[in-house]
Order: sequence, then structure tokens, then C-alpha cells
Amino acid sequence: MTVVRDPALAADARRERRFFLSLSLPALFIVGLAAILPILWIIRQSFLTTAGEYTVGNYQKVLSSGLTWSALVTTLELSLGTLAACILLGTPLALALASVRPRLANVLMAFVMLPLWTSILVRTYGWLVLLRRDGLINAALTGSGLTAEPLPLVYNFTGTLIGMVHYMLPLFLLPVYAAMRDIDPNLIRAAASMGATLRQVIRTVIMPLSAGGIFSGSIIVLIYAIGFFITPAVLGGGKVNPLSTRIERTLSTFQDWGSASVLGILLLVLMALIGVMLLAARRLVAQNTVEASHA
Amino acid sequence: MKSLAITIESVHKAYGSYVALDDVSLDIQAGEFLTLLGPSGSGKTTLLMALAGFVRPDSGKLFLGDRDITRLPPNKRDIGIVFQNYALFPHMNVLANVAYPLVLRKVPRAEARQRALDTLARVKLDGLAERNVAALSGGQRQRVALARAIVFEPRVMLMDEPLSALDKNLRETMQYEIRRLHDHLRITTIYVTHDQREALIMSDRIAVMNSGRIQQIDTPQRIYDRPSTRFVAEFMGEANIVAPGSARRIDSAEASRETLMIRAESFHLDAKLVGGDGVALEGILRAKAFRGENWLLTLALDGGQEVLVCIPAALAGGCAELAAGQRMTAYAPAAKVHAIPGAMA
Repeated sequence: MTVVRDPALAADARRERRFFLSLSLPALFIVGLAAILPILWIIRQSFLTTAGEYTVGNYQKVLSSGLTWSALVTTLELSLGTLAACILLGTPLALALASVRPRLANVLMAFVMLPLWTSILVRTYGWLVLLRRDGLINAALTGSGLTAEPLPLVYNFTGTLIGMVHYMLPLFLLPVYAAMRDIDPNLIRAAASMGATLRQVIRTVIMPLSAGGIFSGSIIVLIYAIGFFITPAVLGGGKVNPLSTRIERTLSTFQDWGSASVLGILLLVLMALIGVMLLAARRLVAQNTVEASHA
Repeated sequence: MKSLAITIESVHKAYGSYVALDDVSLDIQAGEFLTLLGPSGSGKTTLLMALAGFVRPDSGKLFLGDRDITRLPPNKRDIGIVFQNYALFPHMNVLANVAYPLVLRKVPRAEARQRALDTLARVKLDGLAERNVAALSGGQRQRVALARAIVFEPRVMLMDEPLSALDKNLRETMQYEIRRLHDHLRITTIYVTHDQREALIMSDRIAVMNSGRIQQIDTPQRIYDRPSTRFVAEFMGEANIVAPGSARRIDSAEASRETLMIRAESFHLDAKLVGGDGVALEGILRAKAFRGENWLLTLALDGGQEVLVCIPAALAGGCAELAAGQRMTAYAPAAKVHAIPGAMA
């Protein structure tokens, strides 16, 4: 039986859909204005000389420079190092938060979130106070005789990594904690009743079911880490130079907009590559959990 | 497979000032199907979770066979559990869910697979092994949960309101199937429900719980016909608690001196169907309702108390003509009249 649609009702439905779509317009406008236009402008800049003529020289100069490639390696080391530390520190922490009583979890969560309310600059200089040769940590270490000499904790890779992990950990924690909180406690009870030890419960139930949260957290961390600037600039002491600080120097010291734009595009490409790799990794993990769970 | 007896010895559990289990003791024989029946908050699920090891009692002891399991962690108890919401692993397919306990026990892959498939066949889920659990209906999930709980041949099984999420017809089918499965496997089973019909249909014995205490443990027939407390009488169906003096004997017209429990369906409107040995209740018809298989009459006794009288439609020739406000008498045979010991109406 065919039903003749009432055109007035269909028009109502269309109007309703259009209204809800129109709600996204302000955001689309801002994204277009604040993200896409500048990117297009940077791409244009990367092909111009300082005099404003078309050139591919910027690419030749930047891509043939050893400094660029070492900056790329440093960016990758910092990003992946931060991600690894976040996963290793954050996943057990999320598990702990998800398994304590809700009220206690809220209190602990507030402590985790507190740093997010502090300016990144304040926090970075705070770490400087703690990590310096004569800082609190080294004073405690040498004072108690644990180490004879102060440890080199800052103005190097270690210090930069500490500062970055401190910033990223809460951002990583939130989605992972949310995923773990969402796991039905009866699933854990069911696994235990069937004979699973705590370790087996974590491996076969909790981890597969929080993989989505860990994945989201990892993306957030990588997006922040790849372009992170303040922490390497302050805690790196000039010795840790990822792409972000190199862009800044190219601009402030050499006013070379063309080369800086090429570096910016490099950063963008890196981000896209990592995104693709993560997506592929996620698909692989999803497949593996299904297969591994097959008896 | 050898089933084990379960012994619960003076188990006490309180949450703050709320007493969930008040000195509960219970002996369940090996191979028995026992139902914990009670309203929500009566402590039945707490007791079940204490047996499973997820609730730590404040005091008391739990035994499986002669082994003290009070302090044994849940994963060492070897108890199959079916949860109210099934608790199937969403990241595994049906086969992986059922094989999970076998994989944990390091059963070789091929054997685990075969046993899981056999168990799926036993609960009539052949052909769904590779299905994702999200793609199953409520009844199918229920069967997967059941298969997963029996596949590792536990010697005790706990079921926490496993059918409460199913619609009525499916629930009745599953009641029958779970009971048949139990008759076949003879695993000692403790079944929790708040549905008295379900308890009556499925159980060898029923333990009726209220406010953290066991009110009565008995066979379904005795729980229904011979409730030991007013609570049990009223929880088990349409019970009339008749105050002393409100009923009289049919043969001698002597007034009753005890509190009587008479089920609504025990009444007849015709004294001849009861014979001489029974009681009669006189009153005014307040309301009548046709319920398909029977008529439900509300009778106001002379003392003011209301009594529910349920007459099967097949025997209720005159019910349609009865008018509210009419004076009438309902008769119940002595065998169906139960004096509640120590009860004050």
C-alpha cells in the first residue's frame, strides 16, 4: 500500500531539520575564520619570498636543514614520551579512581583537576623552582645524602618531559576515567565469579572496555604535545628544540615568515600522519580483542 | 558433577544503621532448588551476594559442603551466577562469553570451544555462537548468561532475579526451562525473586524474607496454604486475614476464636460445595469485578473488615446478577482455613 505523503507535514519536518542544522552555523563560522583561513594563509606564505615573489626556496632551505630534522625528532620524542608516561601513570590512576567510592573519587578528581585551573606559565615556572640545581627536590636529595651531587633535572629533556606530563595527565585521565566509570560493575563481578583473578579481570574486561577512552585520551595528549611551546621553551633551557620553538625562533630572530610557514605545515602534516596511524592502530586493536576473546 | 549443600550460619550484615541481614541461618541441600522470595529491600539479594563473595558479612559463616567459604575470594568459590542484567561481556561474541570461564581454567582451545557450543545447544542457542551480544534479544541474552554460568560445571548456582527484565510470556517459558535444566543437571541452586508465582512454580523450597530476616522456609504448597506469619500470608497472594469472631462454623454457628487466613480463591458461594465442615462469612457486597478466568467480589463483613472472594468463572453462574449492597454469605472448607499462630489481626 502506498501512502500519499502530506506535503505540509513533510515541509514541517524539513523546517525542523533545517533549524537544528542552523544551530551549528556560529561554530562553523568561527572554525572557518579561525582555523581554515589562517592555514590557507600559511600555505600561501610558504611559497613567497620576503619580497613577496613566488618561490619553492623556503621548502628547499627548511627541508635540507639538519636543524629541521632534529627538531622533528625532538617533537616526536617529546610527544611519544609524554604519551607513554600518561598511559603508564594515568591508566592505573584512572582505574584507582574508578574503583574507590564515588565521593572519595570526586575529591581525588578535584585534586587531579586543580592544575588545570592554574596558568600554564605559572606551573612551568613552578617546576623550575622545584627542579633547579638548588631547587627543592635537589636540596632534599643532597641534604638527605641520597645523592652526592644535584641531579640535572631541568634545562634538558627530562625537565621538559616532567613539565609536559604534568600538564597532559589530567587531560588524558578524564576520558579514561569516564570510560572505566561506565563499565557495569556486574561485568567485573561476573568475571570474578567465573574464576578470574583481579589481574585477569583487568586484562580481559576492564582494559578492552576502556580502550576507547585510552584512545581518546591519547589523541588529546598528542594534539597538545606536538605543538607544545611554553614548557620546552622554559624548562628546555634552549637545549630542547622541537618544531614549535624552532618556528618561534625563525620568526622572532630571523623574521623569516616563509620558512616558519614551511615548519608550520610540517607540524600539520605530522599531526595528520599521527592521526591516521592512531586510527589504524585502533582498528587493529579492536580486531585483536575480538579474536583474542575467541576461545 | 557433584552438587554441594550450602549452609548459612547466623549471617549478619548492616549498612550503617540499616540492617540488611539480621542473623540469617539457612540450610540448602545438595541438588535443591531454593528460592529466596521477598519484597525489595528484604535482604534476599544481599544474602545472594554474600554467598557469591561480593558482600562481606559483618559476622556469621558460609559453607559450601563442609568447606568454610566465608573469607574465600569470589573467584575461588566456583559458583555460577546469573545476574539480573545478565552482565554479558559486550566486547565478546556469544561463543567467547560462554567459553570465558573455560579459557580462565586453561581448558585447551578446541575443547573449550566444543564445550561452549554444547552448552549453547543445551540452552537452545545453536547457530548464534558467532553473534554479537548486542544483537541478541532479551530472552537470548538470558540464555547466554545461563550457558555461561553452567558451562564450567559449578557445583552451586546463584540466580539474581534473572527473569525480571523479560515480558510475561517469555518469563513463563524461561521459568519452565530453567527448572527443567535444574532437573537435568541437579546443581544446587539459590534463586532470588520478588514474584511469588515464579517462586511457587520453580522451587523445591521457598524461603520468604522480610526486613533482613527469613520469615518461613517450606515447600511451595505449605508456604501458600500454611503461612506461619501474616506477612507470608499476604505476600503469597490474595489472602484474607480474618479477625477473631468474624467467621462462624457452618455446622455449629460457633464464632472463630483465632485469626484466620483464607485465600480469596478458597471461597464458594454455595454452602453445599463446602459441606458441613467449614466457615461462613456474612457481609454486604461492596464491589465485583470480572477478571476473565474468575470474578473478584469484595465483601464487607459486619465488623467492617473487607474480604476478597474469588469465584472461578466456571462456577460463578450467579455472579453476573449480584448487585452491590446485597447481603450475602461466602463459605470456605475447613481444609482451606488456616489459623495464623500468634497473629493479632
